[in-house]
Amino acid sequence: MTSWIEKQRSILDYTLSSLLRRKAKNISLFFVYTLVVFLLGSAMFFTEAMKREASLILKDAPEMVVQRLLMGRYDPIPVDYLNKIRNIRGVTSAESRLWGYYYDPVTGANYTLMVPRNHPPASEEIVIGKGIAKSRVLGKGDIYSFRAYDGRVRSFTVAGELSAASELVSADLILMAASDFRSLFGLPDSLATDIIVGVRNPKELRTIAGKITELLPDTRPIIRDEMVRTYDAVFDWRGGMVIVLTIMALSAFVIFAWDKASGLSAEEKREIGILKAIGWETSDVLAVKTYEGSLVSFLSFSMGILAAYVHVFFFSAFLFAPALKGWSVLYPDFRITPFIDPYQLAVLFFLTVVPYTVATIIPSWRAAIVDPDAVMRS
Amino acid sequence: MIRKLSARNTGRHPLPVRKSGFCLVALGICVLLLGLMLSHAAWQRRVDGPFFDQLAYVVHDLELTDLCFFTEARYTRHLSQADRFSPFQDHPVSLEHFPTGSIAGPPAGLRRHHDKLD
Repeated sequence: MTSWIEKQRSILDYTLSSLLRRKAKNISLFFVYTLVVFLLGSAMFFTEAMKREASLILKDAPEMVVQRLLMGRYDPIPVDYLNKIRNIRGVTSAESRLWGYYYDPVTGANYTLMVPRNHPPASEEIVIGKGIAKSRVLGKGDIYSFRAYDGRVRSFTVAGELSAASELVSADLILMAASDFRSLFGLPDSLATDIIVGVRNPKELRTIAGKITELLPDTRPIIRDEMVRTYDAVFDWRGGMVIVLTIMALSAFVIFAWDKASGLSAEEKREIGILKAIGWETSDVLAVKTYEGSLVSFLSFSMGILAAYVHVFFFSAFLFAPALKGWSVLYPDFRITPFIDPYQLAVLFFLTVVPYTVATIIPSWRAAIVDPDAVMRS
Repeated sequence: MIRKLSARNTGRHPLPVRKSGFCLVALGICVLLLGLMLSHAAWQRRVDGPFFDQLAYVVHDLELTDLCFFTEARYTRHLSQADRFSPFQDHPVSLEHFPTGSIAGPPAGLRRHHDKLD
């Protein structure tokens, strides 16, 4: 056993000397490899963490939202639908919600105006999200003016700010009283934005959604599970733009690995020939090449993964921010919680390390089985 | 220190440290760092638990349905409440043009409703 270990250490010594002889080439290989793992790892860590965060945050979202559709678009829903929904067996509550959008021409941002059912602000007062407070430099006691539906300017006093910790869900929110909301948008008392429905047994949600659609054919019920699944789809690393990025990064890496693997340089072939000529077995030559591929792969993999971890969870994936922000003026300032598991690491490992290691062994095996004399003369 | 003393006493030169030794130490450090990364992730998740409870409370209290993530258009701000038409209704033959559209697809479960309504 000791002699086997000693032999492997000697082969490793030789492998390292061989790698150091081609220092520039191997260092560039290490950087490219690390960069590919970093990009793939960042995308995977970010999307998985956001997916898990969305499911945790939205676990207490309304059980069901009922919208009204008119000409294929959603439209304010008549408040008298409330009683029809409440009368459905299994429904415990049905309440109307008031919310809408307001475009601020000063900052070019869209705000979400909302009337909370629990503890709404007093009339002519608003509570604003942290994103708005930062972009408009507003604080408690300041005045903010809206242009109402009839062109008149309505002024409100900022009564407070929503906590910075809730920015991921409230950065663009403005909370106001129901009467102010209705007068600002000209929404009559008989209409609301949508209806939220509570049910006795969550297993019956789909059945009740079906009953609502039958009773009120112009409505569209959205259940909580669908809200969470929407974000599952957005942050699925195998879908959307992430898959495009992944395919591009992997393609670049495959071309790179293929270029390296498809043939050995004359110098490398001569080296293999000399090793064979002085008595090395084919298995020893293959061991050198396996160690070479594994070492570069594992070191690049580790560095790439660690860099991706720091990028996503310590610096909030700042490299992805331009793509995620798009044209958004308001973007929540938040730190991502590291939801990573060995499965993600295993997927990354098999996507990067295994193909590269295999790709480097095959040409070496082909060179190692040729007659050393022929290899050295070629 | 011991190696130096023993070399001085015996008059022999110490053995050079082998490259494989450095390499194994480097690999060990990598494994250790990966282990630390997983441990840090587990620790951070535990620390952030109350933060998620707080966010979930805000969602419950204000009856919110979506994350405030893509605020550039109304159909991306409330992704789960969007329909198939909003992205294309700016004008006739209007194309969806907001950058978020390339990341976010239509909400889940939309087909179920449209199958019944259209």
